[in-house]
Amino acid sequence: MPSPHSSVSGAAPPPSTSAPPRPGAAKDPTPPAKPAAARTSRPTATRTRPRPRLRVPRGVRRASGPVGLLLIWYLAAATGVLPETVLASPVDVVRRGADLIGTGELTEAIAASGRRAAIGFLIGAAVALTLSLTAGLFRLGEDVIDASMGMFRAIPWVGLIPLFIVWFGIDETPKIALVALGVTYPLYFNIYGGIRSADAQLIEAGRMVGLGRIGLIRYVILPSALPGALVGLRYALSTAWLALVFAEQVNADAGIGYLMSNAQQYFQTDVIVLCLAVYAVLGLLCDFAVRLLSRRLLDWRASFEGEGA
Amino acid sequence: MTAVNGTNSVEVHGLTRAFGDKTVLDGLDITIREGEFVALLGQSGCGKSTLLRILAGLDGETEGEMAVPRRRSVAFQSPRLMPWLRVWHNVVLGLSGGDRALAERYLAEVGIEEYAGAWPRTLSGGQAQRVSLARALVHEPELLLLDEPFGALDALTRGKAQRLVADLWQRHGCSILLVTHDVEEALLLADRVLVMDDGRIAYEAEVGLRRPRDLGSPDFVALRGELLRRLGVDDASAPSHHREEVTA
Repeated sequence: MPSPHSSVSGAAPPPSTSAPPRPGAAKDPTPPAKPAAARTSRPTATRTRPRPRLRVPRGVRRASGPVGLLLIWYLAAATGVLPETVLASPVDVVRRGADLIGTGELTEAIAASGRRAAIGFLIGAAVALTLSLTAGLFRLGEDVIDASMGMFRAIPWVGLIPLFIVWFGIDETPKIALVALGVTYPLYFNIYGGIRSADAQLIEAGRMVGLGRIGLIRYVILPSALPGALVGLRYALSTAWLALVFAEQVNADAGIGYLMSNAQQYFQTDVIVLCLAVYAVLGLLCDFAVRLLSRRLLDWRASFEGEGA
Repeated sequence: MTAVNGTNSVEVHGLTRAFGDKTVLDGLDITIREGEFVALLGQSGCGKSTLLRILAGLDGETEGEMAVPRRRSVAFQSPRLMPWLRVWHNVVLGLSGGDRALAERYLAEVGIEEYAGAWPRTLSGGQAQRVSLARALVHEPELLLLDEPFGALDALTRGKAQRLVADLWQRHGCSILLVTHDVEEALLLADRVLVMDDGRIAYEAEVGLRRPRDLGSPDFVALRGELLRRLGVDDASAPSHHREEVTA
């Protein structure tokens, strides 16, 4: 089986590998190059052949895990091993999803939750940006703000729910506040860290070409904080959804969490799973958006993908 | 190209700089004539780079008298380009009214105008160093300070970069202080070579050889031997560089 392939591919690579054999065919370089190359490149061709890495496309291999799990779930539900009161079948979940979209309940819930997440995120991001720029760019700001942020970070923000209810009641405000709080920390620490890690050598080079304070901030300090800020943004967005899950457990009258707690009362496991899936998809979409944004903003970097998060 | 008239570009007297209780520059005197190419040799840690930084205005905590031209540029040991700015933008960064066309003119002068739109990360070490030179020249400096700009380059690239600097110097006529630890580089390029030791200029030599210089000529070899000896590379003469300034 590999032999016809190797002769075909043996003819294809020579243009790149034809340099070494050429001295042997010194008299007339171009015409004899082909057979000579084919002869000499056969060993290399067989050397690369034995590990055909793409027999099964990588995407298929990677998908096999999740698809397999779904299949097991489905079979367990269909055979009755998994009772519906414990976990509804994936088919039921999908069907329920279609129903709820049909009645408009799901879209309404997503809109309500999305609104909370967006407002909370914007407030948190504004606070984080203000604090991190002040702390990062001014010595006084650093002394006043950074120590306090370090202190507050020690408090688990989810634990603030009772206090927020006391302060803000039980309607929208405590939910938005919790999201804002969850967003503030990762953004603050990543932007502040990014500003502080600006390369002193580049700052010096900037000063040398005549950049003033504003110029240094604009052309040196903020750009060097950008990669960190984007990592912070990814964290912040996932934290925003997480905060929302917690916040919406508290007396929600709309939103995904509301759907969920209703379903809990009636043991509608299909709705609960559906809501979890919606949270997951929303989180993934945000992550994807930040990746796109990073690709645009950080295209000066060789590989921002290696960044991880 | 050596000093047409007697005016000095740089005049420094009794320059002293200490870090904590370690005195790096100890009453140092140095003058550079207008349009003169001076190379500063010395072992690592002898304070060459400190002196360059002070002349550049990057280090102000000094004692002593110092007169330097207002327009100064530095090419550092590493190119120090802003990775988030295109090559052309790096060249004219900080220059009011600098645009891409101007940047391209200077990039052409260092021979890499085709990279104007590239990201610095895609450049080789030699190319990046050329951009750094273009960035220094775009300010049309009266004094160009070069801090071992070829140290990290491979031998071939370094040779090309050295020839480029010689050309640029001829064309722009600015004074140059080249900090290096490479004796041959100093002798290939400079009008005058200074050797620094113990925070002072311990030795100086006029290089009276005609350009382009021949590494193999007897005068070149003799000068190189003398400089190496002054640098303490040849152990026979280690304690001889005390205070007296010898002019060859």
